[in-house]
Amino acid sequence: MVKGFPTAWLVTPGLIWLLVFLVAPLLSIIVFSFWTYTGSGMAPDFTLKNYVDYFSSPIYLVTLWDTLKYTVTVMFFCLIVGYPIAYFLAMQVETFKWQMALFLLCMVPFWISYLIRALAWIPMLGRNGLLNIALQALHIIDEPLTMFLFSDFGLVMAMVQLYVVLCVGPIFFSLVKIDRSLLEASRDMGASHFQVFWEIIRPLSLPGVAIGMIFVFVMVMGEFATAVVVGGGKTAMVGTIILNLLGIVQYPFAAVNALWLMLGMMLGVFVIMRLVDIRKEL
Amino acid sequence: MARSTPERRRKTLVKTLFGSYYVLFLIFIYGPMFAMFTLSFQAQQAGINFPMKGFSIYWWRQLFDPNVMGSLHQSLVRSLVLAIVVMVLTALLSTMLAMAYRQKFFGSGVLFYTIMTGLMLPGILVGLGVSLLTSALKIPPAWWFTGLGVQLVWSLPFGFLIMLAVFNRFDSRLEEAARDMGASEWTVFREITLPLILPGVISAGLFGFTLSYDEFPRTMLLSGESNTLPLDIYSFLTQRVRPSLFAMGTASTLFSVFLIVVFLVVYTYLSKRTR
Repeated sequence: MVKGFPTAWLVTPGLIWLLVFLVAPLLSIIVFSFWTYTGSGMAPDFTLKNYVDYFSSPIYLVTLWDTLKYTVTVMFFCLIVGYPIAYFLAMQVETFKWQMALFLLCMVPFWISYLIRALAWIPMLGRNGLLNIALQALHIIDEPLTMFLFSDFGLVMAMVQLYVVLCVGPIFFSLVKIDRSLLEASRDMGASHFQVFWEIIRPLSLPGVAIGMIFVFVMVMGEFATAVVVGGGKTAMVGTIILNLLGIVQYPFAAVNALWLMLGMMLGVFVIMRLVDIRKEL
Repeated sequence: MARSTPERRRKTLVKTLFGSYYVLFLIFIYGPMFAMFTLSFQAQQAGINFPMKGFSIYWWRQLFDPNVMGSLHQSLVRSLVLAIVVMVLTALLSTMLAMAYRQKFFGSGVLFYTIMTGLMLPGILVGLGVSLLTSALKIPPAWWFTGLGVQLVWSLPFGFLIMLAVFNRFDSRLEEAARDMGASEWTVFREITLPLILPGVISAGLFGFTLSYDEFPRTMLLSGESNTLPLDIYSFLTQRVRPSLFAMGTASTLFSVFLIVVFLVVYTYLSKRTR
C-alpha cells in the first residue's frame, strides 16, 4: 500500500546536506589529526606526533580539565538557580495562560544574540560597574572590587545567566507532566511537603534535569566567545586554544585538541545518561 | 473547605516567596540588557559605565556613520539574506524529514541521531571540521556556501523536532479519506496535509530565521572574506567597547523581540484558522 511520498525522496536532500556539512567534516577531524603540520597548512601523512605533542606539554590537558571544572560549576549554578523557577512555573502558577506567559518571558533571551547578552555584562562587572555601585550603595563593601570583570567569578556568573534558560525549559516540561493526583494522594496519606517533593516530584523531574544538564554541559564545554568577551581572554578554555591554533594555521594540532574535547564531551553525556534514564522521557 | 487557615496561610507564603524569587530571576536575566540599553544614551564625553553623565543620542547616530561602523550595513544585508535562505530550507527539509518519520524505515535510528548531533555538537567543532575540510580540498569558504551549510546543520534539528511533534498529533484518516476518493499524492499533500501542518512549518522556518540571524561560532570560521552581522559584532567586542556598541546591541535585541512578536502573532492566527 502506498502511503504518502516515497521515503527515499523525503530523506535524500536532508541526508546529503548532513553528510557534506556534518558527518564528513567530523570524520575529517579524525583523519587530519594524523597529518603533518607544514608551516602553511597540513600535508597527508600518518604520524602520531600531534598526539605525542598533546601529551608532552601539560597545558592542553590542564586546560581541558579547567574547562571541565568551569562547566561543572556552571551546571551546578544553572541547576540551583533554574530548578526553583521551573518548579514555580509548573507547580505554583495555576492558570495555563499565566504559566505559558511567564514561561515565555523566561525563554525570550534564547532568541536574543548571545554575543549581545555577553556584551551586556561588561557595564555590570567592571571596577566602576553596576555591581560595584550597587554593593557600595548597600554598604556591603566600601571599596570597589576588581574581582568581577576578567575574572572566573564574572565569567561563571555571565555563563550561568546565558545558559540557565536551557535548563529551565526541560525541567519545566517534566514537572508539568506530573500527575497532580499523585501529589494529592501522598498528601492525604500523611506525607510532609518535603517528602512529597523528595519522594515524588524530584525523581519524576530527573529526566528533565538530565536533558537540561546535557544542554548546558555541551554548550559550556565548547564555549569560547564569553571567555574572550567577559573573561578578557585570560581564562583559557579548549575553545579558545583551538581558535588560537587555527590563527597560526596549526591545523592538525587543532584537530587533536578538538578530538579530545569531543571525547570528553561524549564521556560527560554518557555519565549523565547513566545517572538518569532519559529515554523514559522521549 | 476542609483546609485549615494555617495551611492556607502557608500556601500564600510559599507562593509569595517563589514569586519574589521569579522576579529576582527576571532581573538577573534582563538586568544587564536594560543597563546596556540605558547606557546607549550616555553623554558623548562619557565612558561605558554608570553613572549617566547626561542624555544624548550621539552613540545611536554613530551607528549610521560609515566612518565609524565600517561596512556594518553590508553585513546586515548578508545576515538577512542568509537568514531568509536558512528559513526556507529549514522549513522545507525539516518537513520532508519529519514526513519520512511517519513510517519506520531502514536507518531511521542512525539518521535521527545524526540530525540531533547538529544540535548537540558545539559550534566551534562543526566550524573547525568544515574549515579543515575545505582547506584540505582547496575550496575557499564563503558565507553563502559553507556558512549556509553549517547554519542549516544547526537549525535543522530544531525544525525537525517541531515537525515531529506536529505529525505526532496529525490525524492520518483525513489523508486516507482523500486517497480513497481518488486524490493523487500531490493533491492530498496540497489540499489536506499542508494546510493542517502549516503553523508548524512556519514555526520551523521562523526558528531557522532567528537561529541563522544570531549564529556565530559556526559561521565565524566559515564566512570567507565577508562578515555576517554577528561576526562584525564580535570583532567590535574584541576591540574597544564603546557606547555605540551598546546602541547596536539594543537595536539588535529590539529586532529579535520584534521577530518573537511576529512569530507569536503568526502562530496564534494560523493555529486558530486550522482549528
